Amino acid sequence: MSRYLYYPGCSMDGSGRAYGESLNGVCEKLGLTMSEIDDWNCCGATEYVGVSLSPAYALIARNLALAANAKKDGEPLVAACSACYLNLAKADAYMKERPLLNERVNVALGAGDLHYEPGSVEIRHLLEVIMNDVGLDQVKSMVVKPLAGLRVAPYLGCMLPRPDPDHRWKNHERPEELDRLLEALGADVVDFPLKTECCGGHMTQIAPKVGLELIKRLVDEAEHHGADMMVTVCPMCQINIDAYQGEMNALFHTKHKMPIVFFTQLMGIAFGLDEKKMGFGRELTDARKALRKIGQQPEVAVEAAPAHRQRPDKRALPMPTMPKDADPVREALASEVNQ
Amino acid sequence: MVVAQVQPPEMADTTRFLEEVSARTAGVSRLEMCIQCGTCGGSCPSADDMDHTPRMLFAMIRAGMKDEALRSNTPWMCVSCYHCVVRCPQGVHIADVMYTLKGMAEDAKSYRDKTPPHFASVFVGQVETFGRSWELGLTARHYLRHFILRLPRMTPMAIGLFMRGRIGIMPNRIHQRKQLHAILSKAEELEKVS
Repeated sequence: MSRYLYYPGCSMDGSGRAYGESLNGVCEKLGLTMSEIDDWNCCGATEYVGVSLSPAYALIARNLALAANAKKDGEPLVAACSACYLNLAKADAYMKERPLLNERVNVALGAGDLHYEPGSVEIRHLLEVIMNDVGLDQVKSMVVKPLAGLRVAPYLGCMLPRPDPDHRWKNHERPEELDRLLEALGADVVDFPLKTECCGGHMTQIAPKVGLELIKRLVDEAEHHGADMMVTVCPMCQINIDAYQGEMNALFHTKHKMPIVFFTQLMGIAFGLDEKKMGFGRELTDARKALRKIGQQPEVAVEAAPAHRQRPDKRALPMPTMPKDADPVREALASEVNQ
Repeated sequence: MVVAQVQPPEMADTTRFLEEVSARTAGVSRLEMCIQCGTCGGSCPSADDMDHTPRMLFAMIRAGMKDEALRSNTPWMCVSCYHCVVRCPQGVHIADVMYTLKGMAEDAKSYRDKTPPHFASVFVGQVETFGRSWELGLTARHYLRHFILRLPRMTPMAIGLFMRGRIGIMPNRIHQRKQLHAILSKAEELEKVS
């Protein structure tokens, strides 16, 4: 049993409820004790830092101070929301880097009888804890229902692998950790090229066209790779792609129905936990239909090797030709262009 | 033909704006290290919608073009994806500089589109009051104020989220709200002094 301090963040019992529910079940199964820090407050998301510097960092540091007080034996503080994780990690790093910021934040915390010494709490993200502390071998050993037949596009979003203040990620733009984890669950993992591209964040609220365009890019690409669903680690990414897909379809005249779920939900399914307890059914773009594919043979090989091209005339110089067998992806693209 | 020349600002003003931006940025901004390579703009998913690419904006900051820089929509279009930050060969804290510029534009009231600063201020107001964010209150107020035409589409979505237990009608509150208020007002006081 390993003990961790846990910072849920506001969305865990709101829009990201499926994440909260599934991670509780999965952590219990993995033997990770998550003890929630008492009376934590919002991390300020990406809004507070854009208003006023010292209050924004004092707001984050209150959580760090509470965590430092709750710490018994060097337990790390774990967040599962990417924005919360980044804010906590950034506050710790910047308080170390800028003594003036550290001083101001601590004077402010003093007004509430709190103090935080930067560096005294280790801040980590749940995915990284599962990869490094639990390990893929143990995850594999616990799989009772392999996700074979389910084609998933791993989507990390931005704020987990970047800017990475604590240097935990080997690759900031194409990290492989989530791919490996989903493979360990037995899923058919798409090599998703946009895995760390932006979902638009708060753009759906302040400049909808910009946000919806970014969402469209992601969903188009996942669809193009034949994914049954996208899998994410971030509640912001989840709600943007899940809830705004309707508005995106209306704006761009598309008909996408791409479900997006949290990685812990799929871990739960693979560990044999109940579908409903893992928060399935809370998503607006239904993912349960795709779940039925588990254990079935995939209908078509989506990324089939290109057909061998024959030269039309053996005497002629080799010329580029279209493959003999019709390529469904190419046809779909062509018909989209014609429309 | 006489070409009207833009007068460069006084030297003192030039450095003052750069220093002001750096001082208000979390971490060390490293703005003065920018080599104008343009990697930031080339990595940016929303560069198309920006008045100036980040590279241009940094040149403007160093040239002391305060008014122009604070009127630019660039910081407001930044999605905080940190692509530019990990790619910048000089390690400039680009995203954090964007946050700084937003704050400065809010103080100077120099933004042209009110939507983003309104959203931020409602969010911040709720966090200050409750200690937690309140998605329903935030979005309802924001959509009524700025996106009334999106409401017909948003209402079924909100109902869908509500039916699936993903929207709380009432805000969650922390217990130690007084302590939080004391911390935040002290911090605001310190911020104003500088």
